Amino acid sequence: MTTEVVSEAEVKKEPEKADEQPAAPQQDAEQESEQPAAIQDGDTPRTASPQTDRKSKEARGLSRFLPPWLKRQKSQSRTEPSEDHEDKAPMEEQLEAPPPEEVSPQEAERDESHSIGSADTQPAKEEKGEEFPERIGDGKEEEDLLESKAGEKEDEPLKAEAEAEKSSLKPAKKMKTVTCQVTLLDGSLLPCEVEKRAKGIVLFVKVCEHLNLLEKDYFGLCYKDHADQKCWLDPAKEIKRQIRNCPWQFAFSVKFYPPDPSQLTEDITRYLLCLQLRQDIASGRLPCSFVTHSLLGSYTLQAEMGDHDPDACCLDYISEFQFAPSQSKEMEEKVVELYKTHRGMSPAQADAQFLENAKKLSMYGVDLHHAKDSEGVDIMLGVCANGLLIYKDRLRINRFAWPKILKISYKRSNFYIKIRPGEAEQFESSVGFKLPNHRAAKRLWKVCVEHHTFFRLVTPEQPPKARFLTLGSKFRYSGRTQAQTRQASTLIDRPAPHFERCSSKRLSRSLDGVPGLGMDDQAGATSLGRTPGEKNGRDPALELSSDSKTAGDMEDSQRQKDLDKTQEDVLKHQASISELKRNFMESTPEPQPSQWDKRLTASPATSLRLRAQAAFEEEVPSSSLLSSTVACTTSVPAAEGAIAVGSPPAAAHVAEKALPRADGPAYSSNDVGKTAEDKQKSDTLEQAEVEIEETVVIKEVRKAPKVEVTVPEVVVTAVTEKEPEKKPGGEAEGRGGEGVTQRGSTSSDSHSESEDEAEYHPQAPSVSVDQIKELPEEEEELEVEAQPLEAEPTAASPCPTTEEQEPALKDEAQNGHPESQSPQGSVEEDEEDEGEPKLNGDASRAETEGFPQVICCSEPPVVKTEMVTISDTFAAQKTEISTLEVPIVHTETKTITYEAAQVDGAGDSEPGMLMTAQTITSESLCTTTTTHITKMLKGGVSETRIEKRIVISGDSDIDHDQALARAIKEAKEQHPDMSVTRVVVHKETEVMEEGKD
Amino acid sequence: MASFGNFTHAIVRGIPASLVQEALRSSLCQVDLVKAQHQLQLHIGTLKDELGLQVVELPADESLPDCVFVEDCAVVCGDTALITRPGAPSRRKETKAMKSALQELNFKIVEMKDDTATLDGGDVLFTGREFFVGLSKRTNHRGIEILAGAFKDYPVSTLPVFEGLHLKSFCSMAGPDLIAFGSSEPAQKTLKILQQTGDHHYKTLILPDDAAANCVFMNLSGKGQVLLHCTPEEYPNSAKVFERLTDHLLFPVPNSEMSKVDGGLSCCSVLISKTGS
Repeated sequence: MTTEVVSEAEVKKEPEKADEQPAAPQQDAEQESEQPAAIQDGDTPRTASPQTDRKSKEARGLSRFLPPWLKRQKSQSRTEPSEDHEDKAPMEEQLEAPPPEEVSPQEAERDESHSIGSADTQPAKEEKGEEFPERIGDGKEEEDLLESKAGEKEDEPLKAEAEAEKSSLKPAKKMKTVTCQVTLLDGSLLPCEVEKRAKGIVLFVKVCEHLNLLEKDYFGLCYKDHADQKCWLDPAKEIKRQIRNCPWQFAFSVKFYPPDPSQLTEDITRYLLCLQLRQDIASGRLPCSFVTHSLLGSYTLQAEMGDHDPDACCLDYISEFQFAPSQSKEMEEKVVELYKTHRGMSPAQADAQFLENAKKLSMYGVDLHHAKDSEGVDIMLGVCANGLLIYKDRLRINRFAWPKILKISYKRSNFYIKIRPGEAEQFESSVGFKLPNHRAAKRLWKVCVEHHTFFRLVTPEQPPKARFLTLGSKFRYSGRTQAQTRQASTLIDRPAPHFERCSSKRLSRSLDGVPGLGMDDQAGATSLGRTPGEKNGRDPALELSSDSKTAGDMEDSQRQKDLDKTQEDVLKHQASISELKRNFMESTPEPQPSQWDKRLTASPATSLRLRAQAAFEEEVPSSSLLSSTVACTTSVPAAEGAIAVGSPPAAAHVAEKALPRADGPAYSSNDVGKTAEDKQKSDTLEQAEVEIEETVVIKEVRKAPKVEVTVPEVVVTAVTEKEPEKKPGGEAEGRGGEGVTQRGSTSSDSHSESEDEAEYHPQAPSVSVDQIKELPEEEEELEVEAQPLEAEPTAASPCPTTEEQEPALKDEAQNGHPESQSPQGSVEEDEEDEGEPKLNGDASRAETEGFPQVICCSEPPVVKTEMVTISDTFAAQKTEISTLEVPIVHTETKTITYEAAQVDGAGDSEPGMLMTAQTITSESLCTTTTTHITKMLKGGVSETRIEKRIVISGDSDIDHDQALARAIKEAKEQHPDMSVTRVVVHKETEVMEEGKD
Repeated sequence: MASFGNFTHAIVRGIPASLVQEALRSSLCQVDLVKAQHQLQLHIGTLKDELGLQVVELPADESLPDCVFVEDCAVVCGDTALITRPGAPSRRKETKAMKSALQELNFKIVEMKDDTATLDGGDVLFTGREFFVGLSKRTNHRGIEILAGAFKDYPVSTLPVFEGLHLKSFCSMAGPDLIAFGSSEPAQKTLKILQQTGDHHYKTLILPDDAAANCVFMNLSGKGQVLLHCTPEEYPNSAKVFERLTDHLLFPVPNSEMSKVDGGLSCCSVLISKTGS
């Protein structure tokens, strides 16, 4: 697979190279001076490197999360052509090599970012400031990502490794900046330079600063995704990951329409709200009667033109204003008639009056989403300050006020709300809606969560485990609530800022001709941006965006193809895989946890604990196959590893040694796997099929996470990356390259969150966030916690594990525990301990505890080993844990190829040295978990990637979503250090498609 | 909202003799034409003399036995008058006179030209904040959709009508944010849905008799809150409920004959507010 991956990477590289190459050299040079490099790109002043270091240290816990960034950088560097590698290599090494304490400034910064990221929920302003610099100058990121993929294809891991090393040396290219085109509410374009990896908040803050806006919590930035759907830019997440390959074009818009605009503190805020509403009205999103159109128009004139001038002929210029989607002469006359009556009204008063009338409109602040009801009837779901509105043909047929809603969740493309029972009712009821696709469901869910939090809660909820990776499911609104922003507004103490009221004439014009930026129908308003560049459009920026676009398109197309190809394959594969697994399971004596641990740990000198787990869910409701795979790739901060082990070099050696073995086994394993399959087919097939058809529920994924495999790898490198990936098994297996692409796509989708499902329990304001807790039984949000495999100090030795693993499986390989434990903190140990029992293959146990998971080493004997090319990208991409990129991981016994590369811009896959590869399979009654652990040495950093595939088979009664959610959650918990990079849920076809965002 | 119920005009129509035999009805009651006409005159007199509304009286049309129930022909809100397409085919021509009357009053006329749409004004409950429209035997989804298009400023919610002819056969506005509802199970069921669906939390006035829940509320400058409601003779229990209202100027209006052909108090007039413009 690695080879395939490489190839992909290469492909991507080429285009990028052409564009980038010029820039690359410079960057490299800059990067070489690591710290300085960071500074250089950053337009924004960077915080002193030392500070960063401190922070990094402080954020140690968080630092784990950071690794992704580092990885990314590394990956980027790696991805670049070999030529560049040399330069890069040093960079990486430096980054990686330094003992934890000595973490290079960049890392530190990254760490910070991480911490921030982890804290997604609430970025501190300070942090923001810091972030800026880092993110600036990432222009190459996308390229890097592409490159990484390409790189993967290279024939052999060794090569990849070599490249990786070289690349590692190079300084990170981080500092690239991208010029974002932000369409403001007045239709003008604001070019904003941000670092490529900047989080959304960075751009948003910049825009708000430009606007001189303090009450900014009502606003947001949106962009159009590939499907031309309007999406809100999550402030807490990297921009790039969110927009992927879409152009860096955004629209500044009102996100939360204040029910009572008069309570806004500043006129400028009201003015901006007015601008938004004028767009909404002109675009037809906010329907009004003739009279209302006229009245609002008259206030607009009063605000913008001042008192009516009897001498001037209003009708001459009035038609240049747009008061309505289509306006008649009659309306214009009516507008003027009303306009005359506003004499003496100040612009601010006129705006206030405008708002007083607009706020009463039925669709004021209602965010509409297309859906179907349970009977397949087309309806619209409207999210507003008060709750969820259900429309059919513009008629409201139902309304669920927030207080009535107990839970909001989505599974795949289904969106559910659980309704609080009425007085006379005993039971809560659930209402389900079908969204066009799972992305739409997720979007709706997020909007609901945000609106509920903003309008109903006093303070935003904290994601249950803020520090752990949070999948989409754990998504929470991280900004201030209305209550908070009002509170904050009371503290605003500044003279009313002066601002120019631009003529709404422009708006009307822009509406006509700004299709490009337009978000979409709903977003239509956003698109209002006039001619690009009216204000500040920069050519360069534009170019960048275009480039990215093309690249993105290409990728997309590729992905698409891949996906298409794969889907079927995947299904097939899954079936076979499940069979294999079963066979394997059956054949192999029940592994006992201890044995497993031992082997795992023992074989490799160093035990890496992989706590991260990918949960794979296959759900096959009756006819359909649903499988979700959660892959967690963890990157452990090199620091830890370094500490334990000591010297990076040693680790490197180990890694190298390991690699060869790993490769061999892996390949062999593949073959074996096939054979095994064949053999078992007769037996297994039936089973497998059965499983598939049955709904697969990830029941006790929890335990799966527990399964900790200590991977014998000595990674001294400072950073280990964990990337959780879920890949449809089928895809992953066969085509490394394709798989990669797919992953990329998928990953993009799942992004930060597990997209398939998520739950949210609205709480009454009074009720604190705590209530929202995730109920284990209930569908939990999908949280994939990838835990970083911590490279444990035990530097050990060669990684024999793979081969031995199988036997080990049964044995309690847990060896890893002891070893790992000793080196690492107690935490790990604990986990291990827990893990061991679970590890034991006993289903019964597993169930009881979590779920039984048998870990089978994918060694040649029974299980097929897979070659994993781990791309750093994933980890890097996910700055935030929350973002789940959906890499597809196959942990199938068969040959599984991991393509690390994430196609999406976010990910950069870098070729690395494969240190170890393990496959562990555990089975419980209903669950078959395959855990794939691979360690790669990239640059100086060792990455541990844990990919788990959980196949759940069971009755249709089983709630797959819940199971998956649990699995992810547990994975997170267990591998706090790892970040979940991808969660892939295989559903039937839908999943796949949707999965790719 | 402040101006809700601030009516200035009323459009009414005489009772044709054909009502006695041909008017649609759900029961087999014999209507006393003279008594009915007398009651209508009392009703009109209250509007005109007691309340000072300008009353436009349309002449009865013998070919339209149900023409007295003008409410079903038009929905007037703000500057717009929606001319409906009554659910009963026999009543479709009733709108003609209504349309011309409203045109004379300078309303912006919206007609329901969709042949698949039906809507009776008796199914339209306007609270001053939003519309609730009953999906009844006489009103379908398409009709409500057109209504929503005509009154874009307001939310329009649909409500199921489980029993009775119209939505307003068992409910109506009885005050600002006060909705009168019958106590029957079907009525209460609809009320539940209304309460869930509505934007606003309305107070309710529950009446023992569904039919008594059809009253006419006005908020007239100079008169304050006015309520035309059933007489104690017809619905003693319900009348007592009305009589407990202290904020309203109460006018019991007899409606026994009209109710025999499913007509409520509100059916006999289209109330209009021309003050704004």
